[in-house]
Amino acid sequence: MNIKESIKTLVIKKPLKLDCGKTINNFPLAYETYGSLNKNKDNAILVFHALTGDQFVTGINPVTKKDGWWSYAVGPNKSIDTNKYFVICANVIGGCMGSFGPSHKNPDTNKIYGTDFPVITINDMVNAQVNLLDHFEIKKLFSVVGGSMGGMQVLQFISNYPDKAGTVVPIACTSSHSAQNIAFNELGRQAIASDHNWSDGKYLSNNTLPDKGLSVARMAAHITYLSKKGLQEKFGRKLQERDALKFGFDADFQIESYLRYQGSVFVDRFDANSYLYITRAMDYFDLVKQFDGNLSNAFKKTKAKFFVISFTSDWLYPTQENKDIVIALNAIGADVGFVEIKSDKGHDSFLLDVPDFLNTLKNFLDKSYSER
Amino acid sequence: MKTEYKIIVNLIEEKTRVLDVGCDDGTLLESLKKNKNVDARGIEISKDKVQTCVSKGLTVIEGNAELDLKQFPNDSFDYVVLGQTLQAFINPEIVIKELLRVGKKAIITIPNFGHWKVRLNLLIKGTMPITESLPNDWYNTPNIHMCTIKDFVKFSKIINFKIFKSLALTNKNISTINNSNLFYKNLFAELGIFLIEK
Repeated sequence: MNIKESIKTLVIKKPLKLDCGKTINNFPLAYETYGSLNKNKDNAILVFHALTGDQFVTGINPVTKKDGWWSYAVGPNKSIDTNKYFVICANVIGGCMGSFGPSHKNPDTNKIYGTDFPVITINDMVNAQVNLLDHFEIKKLFSVVGGSMGGMQVLQFISNYPDKAGTVVPIACTSSHSAQNIAFNELGRQAIASDHNWSDGKYLSNNTLPDKGLSVARMAAHITYLSKKGLQEKFGRKLQERDALKFGFDADFQIESYLRYQGSVFVDRFDANSYLYITRAMDYFDLVKQFDGNLSNAFKKTKAKFFVISFTSDWLYPTQENKDIVIALNAIGADVGFVEIKSDKGHDSFLLDVPDFLNTLKNFLDKSYSER
Repeated sequence: MKTEYKIIVNLIEEKTRVLDVGCDDGTLLESLKKNKNVDARGIEISKDKVQTCVSKGLTVIEGNAELDLKQFPNDSFDYVVLGQTLQAFINPEIVIKELLRVGKKAIITIPNFGHWKVRLNLLIKGTMPITESLPNDWYNTPNIHMCTIKDFVKFSKIINFKIFKSLALTNKNISTINNSNLFYKNLFAELGIFLIEK
């Protein structure tokens, strides 16, 4: 991967004290921007990416050569209209698209960090990214928007920086990672760790890659992003390029072939150790606990306008968990709207062509922008 | 805008906090925002209508009054509005108590089942009345607890809430309901509009 040329990087000089106790400084934060910042610098939207996303939100991702992960929602005249807004997105720390992560070299030992990289949290990710506001001299963002882990960062951001965003849009997320969420993440991590090539995280120094483990992790996770109904309608029991069962363990069914494909393309673009670190950060996320069991306190200091969106078929971050955020906000009289969008596409609905979702997001942002 | 909404807008003081329960497409909320500068919120059960409200820049949550009023602390709002839906709830008593817990005041409107056309409809045809404001058949109506203006006034004494203002709407004409004209208003009003308090 010749990634360096196409990646914009901000070196964060200010020391950042991580939740684990370690302090990092002079670390790179890779980011991308779309649209242009207006004179008043009040049209900026910070988009936070999900577990396997990166800063390349829309257009062609220069590294993978595929469409950016939120191409349906971000772009000219789209939900997040880049003709109107200045969109910023950073690769999370711990990630593998240029930001400080486990595949970087430790300057003290001159060895690749691997699992010596400090464990990071959603809070750490957000605290690293807030430096982008200083870089662009933005006092207050028009909006912070994100789905899934991006939504968790949205919640953490407005809790840490109550005056730094006017509108807040957490999508298909939760304020506290559930046992089921942790269980699926652990399954992925164990798949990676049980690949011999992983070598306790030192694979990059050994010139091997735990492809099989990472691929299985992706396959398992991918199932959780879809709905039973969606899978049944798309694949059913259809066979893969064959007329009859072969009585073996090849991919007889289309769903098997599809999952194997998803796993195989994922390993080309994602680092196994990053997968461990980022899933860990999600598992550690518990905004309720951060505020001693009262989520409302996380939002007490902000006057921002919230809009929470969930999806009917999302069983990974179900509506009730999104609604808990709404309830916490209503308990303190915050300005909060909420809608559950009807979709069969599961958790992934926020990434896909779901017109009700895309229109609602656009309407909320554009109306709030014109009334700001 | 419907006369009913105009009356409600008039009943509400400026710069107050208002929750519209079952806010439909947000017409009332919009008018309240524009004319009375209120902090307007809505709850609406239909996804489509919530999306319409969002497109109008309104703060609305998708939800069900019987389940979702719970999340609001006591006295969160100066007014809570319930327009023509009291009769659709399984337990109107609990709903009224919730409205008056969440709001300092509540405005409730009811389609009057005591209206002469309704009475005549039943008397002559002998079937469940179907009128302009009650267009459904008995088997597909959401209105499971129809009442008359008189019933509502009686209900205020049974479950103990105060009626501050009672208005009758007949053919776009507004009039006040009092003890002496209750019999006539109950016969001629299409809609009763009540401003109530604990």
